[in-house]
Amino acid sequence: MGILEVKDVNKRFGGLQALGNVNLSVAENTCHAIIGPNGAGKSTLLNCLVGKLIPDTGSVMFDGQSVLGRTPFEINQMGISRVFQTPEIFGDLTVMENMLIPCFAKRDGSFALHGIRSVFSETGLREQAEQMLEEVNMLDKRHMHAASMSRGDKRRLEMAMCLVQKPKLLLLDEPTAGMARADTNNTIDLLKEIKEKRNITIAIIEHDMHVVFSLAERITVLAQGTPLVEDTPENIKGHPKVKEAYLGEAA
Amino acid sequence: MDAIILQILNGLDKGSAYALIALGLTLIFGTLGVVNFAHGALFMIGAFCAVTLSRLLSLSHEVAVPGSVDFLGNPQMRDVPYIYEIFGESLGAGIIDWAVPLSILFAIPVMIAIGVIMERGLIKHFYKRPHADQILVTFGLAIVLQEIIKYYYGANPIPTPAPSAFIGSFDFGALIGFEAGQIIYPYWRLVYFAFAAVIIGAVFAFLQFTTFGMVVRAGMADRETVGLLGINIDKRFTIMFGLAAAVAGLAGVMYTPINSPNYHMGMDFLVLSFVVVVVGGMGSLPGAVLAGFLLGILESFASMREVIAIIPGINQVIIYLVAIIILLTRPRGLMGRKGVMED
Amino acid sequence: MFGLDKKDASLLLIVAVLVAFAPFFLNPFPEGSAMAQFNAGYPDLMQRFVIFGIFAIGFNILFGLTGYLSFGHAAFLGVGSYAAVWMFKLLSMNVIPAIILAVIVAGIFALIIGYVSLRRSGIYFSILTLAFAQMSFALAYSVLTPITGGETGLQLALNDPRILSAATTGGNIPVPALFGFEMRSSTQWAVGDWLFTFNVGYYFAAIIMLCSFYLSIRIFRSPFGMMLRAIKSNQQRLNYTGLNSRPYTLAAFVISGMYAGLAGGLMASMDPLAGAERMFWTASGEVVLMTILGGVGTLIGPVLGAGLIKYMENIISKINSDILHTWFAFLPDGLEDVVVTLIYPFIGKGWHLTLGIVFMLVVIFLPGGLVEGGQRVSRLFGRKKKAHDPKNATTEPAE
Repeated sequence: MGILEVKDVNKRFGGLQALGNVNLSVAENTCHAIIGPNGAGKSTLLNCLVGKLIPDTGSVMFDGQSVLGRTPFEINQMGISRVFQTPEIFGDLTVMENMLIPCFAKRDGSFALHGIRSVFSETGLREQAEQMLEEVNMLDKRHMHAASMSRGDKRRLEMAMCLVQKPKLLLLDEPTAGMARADTNNTIDLLKEIKEKRNITIAIIEHDMHVVFSLAERITVLAQGTPLVEDTPENIKGHPKVKEAYLGEAA
Repeated sequence: MDAIILQILNGLDKGSAYALIALGLTLIFGTLGVVNFAHGALFMIGAFCAVTLSRLLSLSHEVAVPGSVDFLGNPQMRDVPYIYEIFGESLGAGIIDWAVPLSILFAIPVMIAIGVIMERGLIKHFYKRPHADQILVTFGLAIVLQEIIKYYYGANPIPTPAPSAFIGSFDFGALIGFEAGQIIYPYWRLVYFAFAAVIIGAVFAFLQFTTFGMVVRAGMADRETVGLLGINIDKRFTIMFGLAAAVAGLAGVMYTPINSPNYHMGMDFLVLSFVVVVVGGMGSLPGAVLAGFLLGILESFASMREVIAIIPGINQVIIYLVAIIILLTRPRGLMGRKGVMED
Repeated sequence: MFGLDKKDASLLLIVAVLVAFAPFFLNPFPEGSAMAQFNAGYPDLMQRFVIFGIFAIGFNILFGLTGYLSFGHAAFLGVGSYAAVWMFKLLSMNVIPAIILAVIVAGIFALIIGYVSLRRSGIYFSILTLAFAQMSFALAYSVLTPITGGETGLQLALNDPRILSAATTGGNIPVPALFGFEMRSSTQWAVGDWLFTFNVGYYFAAIIMLCSFYLSIRIFRSPFGMMLRAIKSNQQRLNYTGLNSRPYTLAAFVISGMYAGLAGGLMASMDPLAGAERMFWTASGEVVLMTILGGVGTLIGPVLGAGLIKYMENIISKINSDILHTWFAFLPDGLEDVVVTLIYPFIGKGWHLTLGIVFMLVVIFLPGGLVEGGQRVSRLFGRKKKAHDPKNATTEPAE
């Protein structure tokens, strides 16, 4: 029984079967990648996982609870943190403030009036945030405005914001899309580091094979809305079905 | 039954004005993505085009009246419009009488020019800024425009009558087989409605049947793609802005006999027209027209004595109430496309 | 000091000093001199400075922090005024209960309107608030006449019950007071040719304004304020970070509505009548102008904006062509006339034209308002000037 269980999920948009009988199980403390060519239903599946779409049939269970129909903040409070395709951070705030917000959310829940005590009297949360920044080598940038940083730093910050909440599941949506090779490799290194240091479950939705094969322990190949195969990277590499659906198309 | 028809008719003139202003607002929003708070000011400027032309036409000079002297022995003077000397007295008087409809010809170039200048000079720089900034800067522009008009024309309403042929009312009820004297309707309001219908028809035909219109409609649907096709969409959008300004201006010109223009009429109509656009659906032209007439008629029904007796004050708030209900239950409006600024 | 860091504390102190000594430096010209008409140190105007300051500070908590542009904020001010006047009519002429009720009623009103309006964002939110405010205005003007006094406005009358105060003597309508200190009473102090007026109402309103300002600093620096700024910056990220943005924005909306109610209550305390025109949408537009002009999202900006607009309104609208002619008398005759003709549309009754143009220029070129302008200027003159410029201290993100 995995931490994330997708059972018999179907989703139709008009005449298009976006997802057909998707079954997926992400085991705890593994890195599970979902790959597939364009239009395979990756984004639709992701949107079902974060509550943005409700499947026509089927269930999505996380840690024994259904996520269907829940709002993004409820899903986060259940323990899923999400990293976006383009880094989503609070551009107008400083790096430190960016880090404090997830800390507050983790400690106080989705809404709390904290009175009028200054943010910076929260020494406990500050320490947490600083420690996390240290881990991603960004402590020296903590006073910077987040918007003024490079794209790579923004990605780092976003990861740090997710990790500081100690999520049960880290959900990555094409984390390297549109990145230069060097940035991609940096991101891969960062993720490897995270994986080694923490007991964390990671689910990656990705187009880039290089990223997937360097990180994932299990891979699910999605084609035309249906999971084709699920296996280890080694087995996936040589799988004829995958070649046909994915590599064949790419070539 | 006749009461219902009367209320529908009464709602038509305001509804026409709402529809025309909302049409322009929607055109601008749909094509340029700009929320134009100065659109009411364009309506007001149109009305003052009519005032200006009728003043220009009646410019006069003093002429001695032959054969009459006052008690001091000086010849008696009389104001004679210059136009009498050009076209003769009877034709001249006719032209002055028809100043408001003639202002249409005068207003079209003026309004297009104002629209183009506005877009090139100001709005252009705000395409990429947040909607709040667009609202703010056009709000500022609206204040400036209305203050300029106030400076030159004063704060009081300026009566601008319709041609004498259209002054007065007729028995509309008798025409369609009701008892005489039940449905009395002023001529000019009917003219205004017909005029609005023609303008709306012309705008739709223009968008439907010309290449220009096709590009604009494509641009409303997806600006980037059209840009990629190598079509100079910006230039067309400038023209579109001029067109929207002209529509608002013409609505203002013809409205002058119904309500004497004053400098703040634009703002009064703007707030309601925005509500109309929202009810119709941001970016939906048919929605704007439909909602304009619908709300005009609804307002007229809400002002019936019988209705007010049941819900006092409903006539004052009906439009806002409808807008609030629509926004909360169907945020894209009556005919808005899904996903257009829905959140 | 008071839980503020050094920068904020010195800002508060500067504002406090400015407000306390306003009767002096708003009256720089001696009585009877030609310039005396440009003195702004009379009670009525000074009261307006601080009251509109409160209004703008509150508006800034909503618009400045969350980015939600409300176009109907005057409704809360109007409701506050009505509540206060009713308190004067029914309870007593003491201003404290009147102001408390004004804040509470405005808060409840804001809760209802905010709950509905905040279900949408962006332009839809603006139009919803505008629609609600216009609706309130229309109702106050017509159907609600028994409560609002309709066109004439709500006024005090001799035979109002006023259950907590002794029967009025002498047949005069009593005036609002704070435990015996009448709001309208003033002391004057003549120094040479100068005449300074110290008004009870002004100082009362000023103290409340300082408290509101202090509270707004605390809100800006609190976790709550940080969440509000996060909403403006990236609402999607906030939601995916596990925070529900709606109660935060609603809380900001209600707080901001209560500030407006407080301003309305104070307005009624200075002059006990309330009219529907206070709720008209141009009044809502005015507070938007003040906040933008001063510097949206900054602490001191709204106060500066409110002061500037009320001051300019008063001064510019007083200038007439005669004054212009005396000013430009040094020019040759023909040129003098040309200059006066050119300037004339912008003064006197044309004050709104000036306001509109200045506002447009600010939105186009200086989106950060006066505060940003101050920063740019001080940057031009380098560090030396910086130390003296109070505005500078406010906007930089505090740590």
